Order: sequence, then C-alpha cells, then structure tokens
Amino acid sequence: MKFAVIVFPGSNCDLDMYHAIKDELGEEADYVWHDTKDLSSYDGILLPGGFSYGDYLRCGAIARSSNVMTEVVKAAGAGKPVLGICNGFQILTEAGLLPGALLRNKNLKFMCRTVELKVANNNTQFTNQYAKDEIIKVPIAHGEGNYYCDEDTLQTLKDNNQIIFTYAGENPNGSLEDIAGIVNERGNVLGMMPHPERAVSELIGGADGLALFKSIVKQWRESHVNQA
Amino acid sequence: MSIKLEPTQEQIKEQKLYAQMGMSDEEFALVESILGRTPNWTETGLFSVMWSEHCSYKNSKPVLRKFPTEGPRVLQGPGEGAGIVDIGDNQAVVFKMESHNHPSAIEPYQGAATGVGGIIRDVFSMGARPIAMLNSLRFGELETPRVKYLFEEVVAGIAGYGNCIGIPTVGGEIQFDDCYEGNPLVNAMCVGLIDHKDIQKGIASGVGNPVMYVGAKTGRDGIHGATFASEELSESSEEKRPAVQVGDPFMEKLLLEACLELVKFDSLVGIQDMGAAGLTSSSAEMASKAGYGIEMNLDLVPQRETGMTAYEMMLSESQERMLIVVKKGYEAEIVTLFEKYDLDAVTIGHVTDDKMLRLIHNGEVVANVPADALAEEAPVYHKPSAVPAYYNEFQAMENVEPSVANYKETLTALLKQSTIASKEWVYDQYDYQVRTSTVVAPGSDAAVVRVRGTNKGLAMTTDCNSRYIYLDPEVGGKIAVAEAARNIVCSGGKPLAITDCLNFGNPEKPEIFWQIEKSADGIAAACLALESPVIGGNVSLYNERSGVAVYPTPTIGMVGLVEDLAHVTTQQVKAAGDYIYLIGESKTEFGGSELQKMQNEGRIFGQAPVIDLAIEAARQDALLKAIQQGLVASAHDVAEGGVAVALAEKTFGTKFGVEVILEGSAVTALFSESQSRFLVTVNADNAHAFEATVKDARKIGVVSADATLSVRGEDCSTLIEGSVAEFQDAWKGAIPCLVNSEA
Repeated sequence: MKFAVIVFPGSNCDLDMYHAIKDELGEEADYVWHDTKDLSSYDGILLPGGFSYGDYLRCGAIARSSNVMTEVVKAAGAGKPVLGICNGFQILTEAGLLPGALLRNKNLKFMCRTVELKVANNNTQFTNQYAKDEIIKVPIAHGEGNYYCDEDTLQTLKDNNQIIFTYAGENPNGSLEDIAGIVNERGNVLGMMPHPERAVSELIGGADGLALFKSIVKQWRESHVNQA
Repeated sequence: MSIKLEPTQEQIKEQKLYAQMGMSDEEFALVESILGRTPNWTETGLFSVMWSEHCSYKNSKPVLRKFPTEGPRVLQGPGEGAGIVDIGDNQAVVFKMESHNHPSAIEPYQGAATGVGGIIRDVFSMGARPIAMLNSLRFGELETPRVKYLFEEVVAGIAGYGNCIGIPTVGGEIQFDDCYEGNPLVNAMCVGLIDHKDIQKGIASGVGNPVMYVGAKTGRDGIHGATFASEELSESSEEKRPAVQVGDPFMEKLLLEACLELVKFDSLVGIQDMGAAGLTSSSAEMASKAGYGIEMNLDLVPQRETGMTAYEMMLSESQERMLIVVKKGYEAEIVTLFEKYDLDAVTIGHVTDDKMLRLIHNGEVVANVPADALAEEAPVYHKPSAVPAYYNEFQAMENVEPSVANYKETLTALLKQSTIASKEWVYDQYDYQVRTSTVVAPGSDAAVVRVRGTNKGLAMTTDCNSRYIYLDPEVGGKIAVAEAARNIVCSGGKPLAITDCLNFGNPEKPEIFWQIEKSADGIAAACLALESPVIGGNVSLYNERSGVAVYPTPTIGMVGLVEDLAHVTTQQVKAAGDYIYLIGESKTEFGGSELQKMQNEGRIFGQAPVIDLAIEAARQDALLKAIQQGLVASAHDVAEGGVAVALAEKTFGTKFGVEVILEGSAVTALFSESQSRFLVTVNADNAHAFEATVKDARKIGVVSADATLSVRGEDCSTLIEGSVAEFQDAWKGAIPCLVNSEA
C-alpha cells in the first residue's frame, strides 16, 4: 500500500508519519509537497501535524486553500482513506471534509502528554485492529484541540457512530463529549488530535498507535482482493 | 529621496554621541586612529555594536582562554556558530547554548522566543539538522505578579517558537531565587546532527563571489540589541523595548529547510546567521575569518519598512535571516531554491580582496572600515578583580548541621520548594516528542534522543547550581560541570563536551570579575578531569537590576554519547525487590543547600560542599561501566534536597516504594548536599557483579511493592514514613499552586 504524506511548508510531523509508515508499518510512503496537482498514484492520504502556514490565523485556514487540498478532496470522494492528525484534523475541518471545528484548549495553553483514549467505534477502516472500547495510550501535542460542533451535528455524529476516539481519562482540552477523533459519514476520512504516529515503538514510549495504520492496510488489502 | 538627518562627524565627537551607544572615549579614539579619521554615524554604529561585550567578549576573553577547548573528538571548537563533536559513523553532534536575558526581562514572550530562534539558526548555519532543544531558566520567587508573568510568558515564548518549528524541547532546569527577580535568566540550547561532509563555515572567500541575503526582510526591530545586552538593567530599561526582536517561527522553519537543502550545493562557499548585530556581524566576521573584504549595496537589502537608513539596516536584529556567499555564476540556482520556500534570496554585494567592509547606500559610500578591526580588534580589558567581603566571611563559618524537628514534614516542604518541585507544568507546554526520537522525555536526569538509523543515542542536560557558585565560585564551577556529567552518566551516556552560558553581573565591579575568574577556573578544572572540553558558548554580563547582581550563573549544557540504546537508564525505580545503593558519603554540608535556603527565608551562607574531581571521575567511570554491563536498573544523582528528595523522586511516577536504612546523623543522611553521590537500584541477581564494579556503593535498602516511602535510622527508628502518593502530590502540585495563587 502506498501512502502520500502531504507536506505543507510548516508541517513538522511529516517525518514522524513517514517513518511510522516505512520503518514500523513496512509500507510505502512519499513526501508530497503542497503544490502537487495529482494524488492518483496513492492508495492513502496522510495529513500530518504541525503548523501548516504558521497558523497565525485559524489553524489550517490557509492550508485548505492550497493546491493539494483540491486533490485531497478528490481522493476522499473516490473513497480512499484520508487521515488527518492534529493540524491535519484542523485542516480537514477547515476544508469541510469533516464537520465541526477545533477551538483553543480550555486552559489556553499548548499541552504535550500521553493520554488514554477509548476506541468508541472499532468498526471502521481505521480501527478494525482494536477491540471495541479498548483503552489505548497515545500522545497529544496541541494548543487547539478542543473539538466543537453544534447540537444537530453532534446528534448526527452519534447516530452514525462517527465518533471514533474519545478521551478516556481527564478531558485534556475541553472538547465536546470528550471527542478526540471523528470520521466522515462515509467512514473513509478520519481526523484526530492525538498522534498515533508517535506511538509506534516501545523505544519512544509505546506502540498503541500502530494498530490504526495496520487497520488501514488490512481494509485496503481486503478490498483489493475482493475487487480482483 | 528623503534621507534622515544624522549627526555629523563633528557632532558625534564633540557631543560624545558615541557614549549613547556604549562606547568609551578611549574606544572612540582607537577607532579614529584605526580609520585615520573620525567615523561617521553609520561607522560609529558598526564599531559600537561589534565592540560591545556581547559581540567582542572584550571583558571576558582573558577568562575564556582558561577553558580547555580541544579533544580527540572535537571537530569544531569555539568561534563558529556552534561547536561540533564526532560521534562516529561519519556523523557529528553540533550544539550551543546562548542567553537571551535582557530581552526576556523586558518582553518575556518575544525575548525567550527569539532566544530559541537564534540558537537554532546557530546550529543549522553549520549545516546541521536541529534535533533537540533544552533550556536553563532563572526567576525570582514565584510570589509577585511580575515574576509569575515573566515565568509564564518565558515558558510560553519557548513553547511557541519550538513547538511551531517542530524541534522537541526535551530538557532543562529552573531555579528560583530572589536575586533573579529583576533580571531573569533565559538560556536556550540547541543540539543538531550532521554528516561530516556537510559541515559549513561562516567565511566569505573568493574575490568577486556574490554575497547573498536570504530569509526574512529587514525591519527596524532589535536595533542595538547587542548593545542593550551589554549594560545593566534599570528602571528605564522599559524604554529599550524596541531593542527586543520579534520572532516568526514559521519563517524560521522555511529558512531552516531551505538552508539544509542549500548545504548540499557545491556552490555554497560560506553561511552565517544574522544574529546579534545582524548584517554587521555576519558580514564583518565572514570577511575577517576568510581574510577578504565585502562590499554591499544596502539599496538591495530586502526591507519591510520604508526609508530605512544604512545605520538602521546594519544594526537591525530582525530575525530569521542568513548571509551566504556562493560561487560566482551560481546565483540563479540559489534563488530558485529559496523561491520554493517563498523566501528572498538577493545578491547584495560581493567579496573583495581589500579586507574592507564597504557599504553603499543611495549611490554613496556610507561606511568603509577594515573588517578585521570590527571583528577582531576590539580592545581586550583585563578587569581588576577583588575577593568580595562575603566570601571571606562565609569561608570562616563552620559547617553546622541544621536542626530539624520533623523529618517527614521537612521532606514534604522541600518537595514543594519551587526549585525542587515537579516542572511538569512547564514541560507539558513543550512538544518534547516531535521527530519521534525522544527516548527519555523530560523528568529524568538527562534527556536521551536516538540517532535515527543507528543504535546510538545522545544524552543531554543543562545544569548550574548557582548557590554553590555564589558561596565559592571555583568549587561551584567544578560542581556545575560535575553535576551535568552525573546526569549524563546516570542516563547511560559518556560525556562528550560542554557548551556554557556565562551569566554574571557587571564585570566592571572587581568582586563580580573575581566571581567570573574563579568560576572559570573551576569549570576548566572539571572539564579536564571529566574529559569534556568546552566547544562553544556565550557570555552574558551586566545581569543586574538597579545595582543588584544575580548569583554568578555559568550554566553548563552537556551532551553525552549513549553507545547502545540498551544502555539507556532512567531515574525511576523499576521493580520490587531490587536493591537500593547509595554511592558516596554524606557529610555535614549544608552551605547553599535547599534546606538552608528554606530555613532562612531564602538566605544562603557558609561553605559550598567540597568536591574532589578525582573521586568524581572515578565514580562516574565505575557507574557508567556498570550501566553499560546491564547491571543497573535505575540511576539518579543526589542533588538539591539530598538523599531524601532523591529517594522520593525515584519513586514518583512508579507504583513502587522504598525501604531504606540510613547510617549516621539523620539530618545529614537525609538532607545534606554532599557531592559525587548517586542512588541506584540493582536487581538482586546483579548485586554481586555491581558491587565488584562500583566499589564505593553501599546497599541501603530495597524497592518495595507497596508504594510507601520508608526511611529508618541506623537504630531502626522511623525517620520518614508515608505513602508515595502524598509526597508526589506535594511535589507535583507546588508550581501550579504558586502560579495560580493570587499574589
């Protein structure tokens, strides 16, 4: 399976994503610069964390207008898996691929720590390698991870089982209903504030995030076997 | 074109306008004799900033010569952007620490942020990829709104810059003492990795080669920042706010990536950061180091404000800029590279053979001065030095054991002291994991960052107990280096080298200069004994507010090599049943201790703890050997608060407790700050081999399964007994409580 790691000028988790895919997952990955106009050769799209354009404006507000986002929207429309982590999640909401918005953390400070997440829905192409309600440890590192949406949207998210990860312990950032990650209705676009690509090896503190990437590969393999 | 009226040469001389720029009558006369004429306004600015202490080290040079700067692994010592040490496999580690004290005292967020930005540029200007940041901070007690504001904003500034650019802030240290109330210290350290073949230098050679300006545009921020950094703070310092630069970490991220692509180009001749004294220092130093001259047309400098004068452009300290020299004819490929990142890359001049720095503005030569005179020929002062009265008084004092009524309450109180208390509130705001190579995160003795693609790691730490240095600069200087090395060794690393930030008061006061000299003697001796040369650093003098100096604070930044990641060791105990060993003796030494400070309303006095560098080196060698043999489960140095605090810290964040018996007088055994001590735990199966390797280790107890801290005296009487949770709560809650309380 071949992944595109989208690189905006201020992305800084691109390296982590790339190595998680290549070194720990053992799949293919390319860094793809933000002015790219063609993503058709990739099976999965990864939007890494960072500060895409400095984020002096709303996080992700400028990134959504870059060339590559037109292609990301296309890829999502074609049903390819699209994963946005941290700043990537923020960009996906700005681009309208996911509902809601990420506000400043409740305490108004950046926070970096490892938190416990509950896998609220394991019946997705991102979580099929987890057990339902499994508690996993994944790091967070963000200043604006406080998920918010209106009541109707929240109800839709619940009705469709679109809430994938919730904070299991103390809610670190004030997000609505402890939401840490959501998918779109179709289930092929996941945005999450925690960093599974930082949890892929015991050497750096844990490997609970690896199963997320394995889930994507498993689903992709199966769908391609079925098609063949 | 409108040109601002600048003072004439006659006015500069007769009205002594150079004095406003920090230049003395003698220095101005020296400039006149070098030039053979009176300098104009721009030239006076160039000399004043290049001859400031910050740029020229004119007061500290004789002291810096004391430091050992060479070693078999040193590839680049002091004098370039950062020092470089070989780590094998054709790779090297590049690191440096720098102060940003004065700007942070006035505008803490931007002061700290641009301190981080500046040191990162120093590292990538060498061609290295920055992989980690550390810092060392000093504040007054967290009691007044002003100190809390400085503390919160400095931390936010460090976080804001480092998090955005994507370099993990993996370690640091913070000390709180009244002497820093008006003049906080903000020292930032950057560590980078480089392949030997990519090492760059800041040189401008090859007549006719273009001099290019790359990065952000020049504005009027930070004019005379270096001069401001070279005078005491006072009530009027607030007026110097315009001398504080404004940082843009996104811009620096672009510049970083562009420059790291640039260093792969054969056409690159030299590169240097426009740091302190901006365009002036980078051009003069690059020309002087190479033995050439530079001519620049300032009309071509990318500017973000209109009507800037030559003086303003040359003295601006706008951030995120670099000066590069490339081979003639290759300008286009450089422009194309920087265009990818939407950055300016503009040819503003060329290299000449006349060794002059010549500036043209609006068609006129506005400055024409020898580059060497700016970069190398600042006068060097041998300041008078005098033993302060307090030192003699302290040396005459006997070592007395303080009286302690309740050991448990005292331990709890010590754990709540802001210098000892958990710094989680701080590092929670730093992204310490980005780049996914942080093997040991903040909260242990030293941070460890893996070298991707190898099985090696780099251990790194910052350290300086300035209280000991105040009591006895020479002994304290030794301790600062030794303690940094202890942190490295406890983490499984072998010390490679140090960088230092020499933060002191006004060197024109003989008692301050004596502190500088003596602490340098101590640092130099420890560097030799522990085989850890000084490969770079910076000097920050005039750290005084309204005449009161900070404690002498020569901060040590040390990097060590972990040869195999299997050697990585942390301070936390690992398993119930492991034996606990204390290495080293506890003596009646409380001068400058946390206990003494706590019992005397912040005052410290008496003698600093003694240190024997031969014993220190032998113990560190033995412990590292035991760690490398896989005999040690956890290791922690004994520092502020003594054995009691170190024992408690070893249990925090674990589900275990400790049961120990301490010999000798209880207060000394628990709270003394004697040097060269370690607390380690060892699996019982390894005990014999460990004892054979570390001969002066004494078994004092075992790790227990019940999360209780239990310390008994040699007569088996209970000294301290309590749940780990209650001590941990005190330790963890102290700083949030202080920050959030209403002053």
